[in-house]
Amino acid sequence: MTVKDIVEKFGLKVYSGASGLGREVKGGYCSDLLSDVMGFAHEGSVLVTLQAHKNVMAIASLKDLAAIVLVKGIKPEEETADASEAEGIPVLGTSEQCFEFSGKLYDYIEGK
Amino acid sequence: MTLQFNVEGGDFARAGYASSQIKKILKEIGVDPDVIKHVVVALYEAEVNIVAHAYHGVITADIEKEGIRIVLDDAGPGIPDIPRAMERGYSTASPEVREMGFGAGMGLPNMKDNTDSLDIESVVGKGTKVTMYNKFE
Repeated sequence: MTVKDIVEKFGLKVYSGASGLGREVKGGYCSDLLSDVMGFAHEGSVLVTLQAHKNVMAIASLKDLAAIVLVKGIKPEEETADASEAEGIPVLGTSEQCFEFSGKLYDYIEGK
Repeated sequence: MTLQFNVEGGDFARAGYASSQIKKILKEIGVDPDVIKHVVVALYEAEVNIVAHAYHGVITADIEKEGIRIVLDDAGPGIPDIPRAMERGYSTASPEVREMGFGAGMGLPNMKDNTDSLDIESVVGKGTKVTMYNKFE
């Protein structure tokens, strides 16, 4: 499964980092605490969060995450989008809130 | 091989730079990916601690044959009660820092969990020196 599959399945917005849509998705992680993500998210995970500032990209890059999904229509800050382009790690968006979106994503990833 | 990085307090836009450079180098010299993951988690937390709490600091990484020793030496307020700071969930971070998703009291425990040895020396009003070591095998 790739990031592109998830974008198409859930009609996600691609804010930045489209060059990384082919990245492989191995799982998901849901948190707004960056030290929690740092400590416990796994490589290849899609991070579902409402943190839109640049440090979330630093973590995505250091942890080799597949993509970031911003919930509730939140848009990435400009520096976040720039870093996403540079790293080739997509920042995506949904209008749904975290619980709803994570539930659907979990079913989709587990069902494949 | 010795690498050195300067870290400025409050500069969140650059937080993670040293971690990312060291990750790149460890990858290039063929260190076990699992070891790299641990080093990166511990170093990023330590780097963010300087940005969030100190005025400035210097990170010195010594990459040897058997492992990597990283020393983070900062000028800052210091840690009055180190055992307390090591407790999961205890934090002295500012509201601004918390709003960014840091300051959950997970940094030092993450560092301990991801290093083979972690040593913290601190003088209140002067600064903190963190030494961490990760074996390559």
